[in-house]
Order: sequence, then structure tokens, then C-alpha cells
Amino acid sequence: MHTQITHLLALWASLPQIVRTVVWILIITIGVILCVAFLTLWERKVIGWMQLRRGPNRVRIFGMLPGLGQPFADVFKLLTKEVVVPSAASKFLFRIAPALALIPAIAAWAVIPLSPQLVVSKANAGLLYLLALSSMGVYGIILAGWSANSKYALLGAMRSAAQMVAYEIAMGFALVGVLMAAGSMNLGQIVQHQQGGFLAWNWFWLFPLFVVYLIAGVAETNRAPFDVAEGESEIVAGFHVEYSGIAFALFFLAEYANMILISTLTAVFFFGGWLSPFAGYPGIGHTFLGDPSFFWLGLKVFVFLFLFLWFRATFPRYRYDQIMRLGWKALIPVTLVWIGVEMIMAAIHIGPWARPWFH
Amino acid sequence: MLVEILFYIFATLLVAGALGVITARNPVYSVLFLVFCFVNSAAIWLLVEAEFLAIVLVLVYVGAVMVLFLFVVMMLDINLAEIRQGFTRFAWLGWITALAVIAEITGVIWRNGLGGVDVGRGFVSEPANYSNTLELGRVLYTHYAYPFELAAVLLVVAIVAAIALTLRRRPGLKVQDISRQVAVRAEDRLRVVKVSAEKRS
Repeated sequence: MHTQITHLLALWASLPQIVRTVVWILIITIGVILCVAFLTLWERKVIGWMQLRRGPNRVRIFGMLPGLGQPFADVFKLLTKEVVVPSAASKFLFRIAPALALIPAIAAWAVIPLSPQLVVSKANAGLLYLLALSSMGVYGIILAGWSANSKYALLGAMRSAAQMVAYEIAMGFALVGVLMAAGSMNLGQIVQHQQGGFLAWNWFWLFPLFVVYLIAGVAETNRAPFDVAEGESEIVAGFHVEYSGIAFALFFLAEYANMILISTLTAVFFFGGWLSPFAGYPGIGHTFLGDPSFFWLGLKVFVFLFLFLWFRATFPRYRYDQIMRLGWKALIPVTLVWIGVEMIMAAIHIGPWARPWFH
Repeated sequence: MLVEILFYIFATLLVAGALGVITARNPVYSVLFLVFCFVNSAAIWLLVEAEFLAIVLVLVYVGAVMVLFLFVVMMLDINLAEIRQGFTRFAWLGWITALAVIAEITGVIWRNGLGGVDVGRGFVSEPANYSNTLELGRVLYTHYAYPFELAAVLLVVAIVAAIALTLRRRPGLKVQDISRQVAVRAEDRLRVVKVSAEKRS
């Protein structure tokens, strides 16, 4: 048994670099898609419990927990439905828009460090790459809204475009603060520079930026309470009102993949990524609980994803002008002020700036 | 070798996209072709290891500027026939402008050379730990700090001017004052009345 594993590892190491990278990309993509599937189920369960319902509880797989097969049932239902293309739509854009929404959400995983060793690309400009990709995600929504040739879809697309542009600025400024504290744009280094336990993570010194990033992240993913782009009560279903079947499912997939992405990024930028909260503390920090691992990242991502669902179950939808006001007049000034505060902290060497690599 | 093949692929797509910008009938398609051009030129910049410029091109132009362009163009109500009316009449103007731009670019390259790039030797790549961003920041915030700040001020002035020119206050417009809405307290609007219960008759 043991020799077989060493044989397999040797075989893996003997494969050319490009093959190994492609295999990793496949593993991560399928992992993300599976996470999305179970996230939809978890969302319906959690919101159900919050509203004193049971949530999906009929479809089982392998006789396990009731409701566990629900995501697969949904996917097969949507796969077998007809994709209707409106006769007055721009056919090409209408078909390509769901892909444009999904591709950036998955491509962003290339630079995300999942564990100390495991990252597809150790790009130096990883943070910029993420910003660029998250700004491209809006094209899927705008094109879907415009190409459908429907007034509700167009209204949804317009709302979404304005909202994304506004919140991206707040998000970018929050990341400038992270960049200042880490002294690097490489995501692996950003995580490593936060080592030293729970209070050494960025959230402690950059708390306002963390709050801004989380709010902007919810707005970027068009989730409640910022989901005016869909706005069922006003514009039916917004930008994807004309989509059916699997084309609609792709938008759904993109939205949830973005949620997982934003949660992971929040964990990486502000909560020490794969670092353990106990590292550096006497006693518990020297046991296995103090070791950095993928599971710490998974736990943090899970907590932030739960926040997304909790927001949706709790808050009523913002009015459109309130969203714009919050983005431009509240979040952006907060980030600007805190970048100024960071300058002072850097000048007198406290917090992250007391660490050796800033001297 | 791979880099050369990729370069020709991206360059061909770039030129094709640029042709699409000016030949597309629908302005929305023109904007999308322009986005396509930006993405391809970013890819070409990546090939010469200018990753900072490439990503910033995508971030700023594709992610922000062109989104706003699309935003505006989608809302335009354009009569295409009306726009195309003067096409042949003004075509000579376009030709003169294009030729002038080409002549200027050629002239600059003729006089200054390619900025130290030796065409025969080809592109020399930097070592693996070379950070584009770091080097750019170092030059920008030391040697060129003054012009850099000036450019920033210029942009702010342009923004203020654009807003000042287009801002108009219409009298009698009904808008909500959100700060007043947010500041509302329950005591101002709501009165809890204690009504004595009636006796059951």
C-alpha cells in the first residue's frame, strides 16, 4: 500500500508542469462547482430554519440526510429544460453572456493560496489580478440585460452596472489598505505577513476596511440587501428575466461562485487565510491546532458564507438611491480616512508596521 | 517560439477587433469590440512581462471606463441612418486625420528610435524575482514624483470641471433627502396611544 502511494507520487512528480497545472485547475474548478451546489442547499436550509421552516427535505441521496440530493435534482431539472432565446435578442451576446459572468468567478481562483503549498499561480500582482477579474464580471450581467431586448432586463443591467462601478472603488481602496499593511501584492505573502495569531491578522488594525470590504463584497455579488439588479418585486428578475434552463443556472452558478470567492478573499485579506488563530500563543499554539492548514481557511470561508445567508434572511432590500449613497458617501470616505490613519501608523511603526520586513 | 506564436495570434485579434470597432453597425457592438481590443493589447503587454500595465489596462479601461461607455451607449436612442448620412461627405477628413496620426508616429520613431530596444537582439526577459510593480512605483514616486502629482491634480480639475459643467438644478424637482430620512426617529412619527379597554356589555 505504502509503495503504491510513493509510486503514485513519483508518477505525479514526473508529469510535465503544464499537465500538473491543468489537473489542479480541474480539481479546483470542480471543487468550486460542488461547493456552489451544496451552498445553494445550505442557503435554503439556513433561511428555512431562520423562518421556522424545514427547507428542502424530500430528495435524498444514498438514503442520507433529507434534502441532500436537492442541488442535483435542481441541476438535472434545469439541464433538461429548453433554453429559450427571444426572437428579438442579439443571439450571439445572449448566448455568450452567462459564460462571461461565470469565467471571471472561476478564473480568480488561480492566484488564491488554499494552503501554504497549494496555489496554482504565485503571481506577484495577484491582488491586482483579482481586482481586474472582479471588475470584468459585470460584463456578463450588462450584456445579458442588453441582449435580451427586454426593458426589465435592461433596467436590471443598468442598475447593476452603476452599483458595481460604485462599490468597486470602495473595494479597491480597502485593498489598498491591505496592500499597505502587507507590503506585497502576492496573496501568499499577504497571508504570511499576518502570522502571529488571531490578533495579528489584518482585521484588528484595519477593522473599518474589513467592514467596508465585506459590505462592498455583498454589493458586488448582487446579494441581498443589495440585489436591486434582480429586484423581483420591481423588475421581475432583472437582467436574467429572459433566461431559462441551464443558461439561467449559469448565472446562478456565477453568483454563488462569486460569493465563495468574496468569502475566501475576506479570509485571505483580513483573517489570515490558512493561518491558525492559535498560532503563537503558548500551550495551544504548539499543538496541531497551531499549524497552518487548508482547514482553517475552509472554516473561515464557511463563517463568511453563513454571514451572506444571514444577511439575506435578515435585511430588507435597499432602495436604489440609498445604495448609491452608501457606496459613494459612506464607504469611500471611510476607506480614505483609514488609509490616512494607516499612514500615521506606518510612520510611528505600530501594528503590522512594527514587523521586521518594514525596517 | 511560443511567445512569437502567441504574439501573432493576439496581434491579429487586436487588429481584427480594431476593424470591428469602426465597421460595426451597432454602437454597442463597437464598444464591445473596443473592449476586445483592450483585452488583446493587455495580453500582448503580458507577453513582454509588463504585467502591471497589462492588469491595470484591464482593471481601469475594461473594468471601469468601458462599463460606463456601455452604460451610456445602451441608453442612447440612435437613428443609424441619420448618423451614416454624412459618411461619404466627411470621409476625406477622416483620411487626412488618420494619415496625419500615422505620419506623426512614424516621425517620432524615425527621430528617437525605439527607446533603446535593439530589434535585432530581441526581447530580454528579466530575472524571476523582478517585480514590475515595485520598479514602476520606485520610479514614479521618486524621479517622476512631481509630474505624477501634477497629472493627478490635472485629473481632479477635469473631474470638477466636468461635474460643474453638467450639474444643473431643476426647480420643483421632487427628491428625497436621505439624510433627513435616515435621521427620523420613532418618537417624531409615531405616537403610542393608551386606550382604556371597554367594559364588556
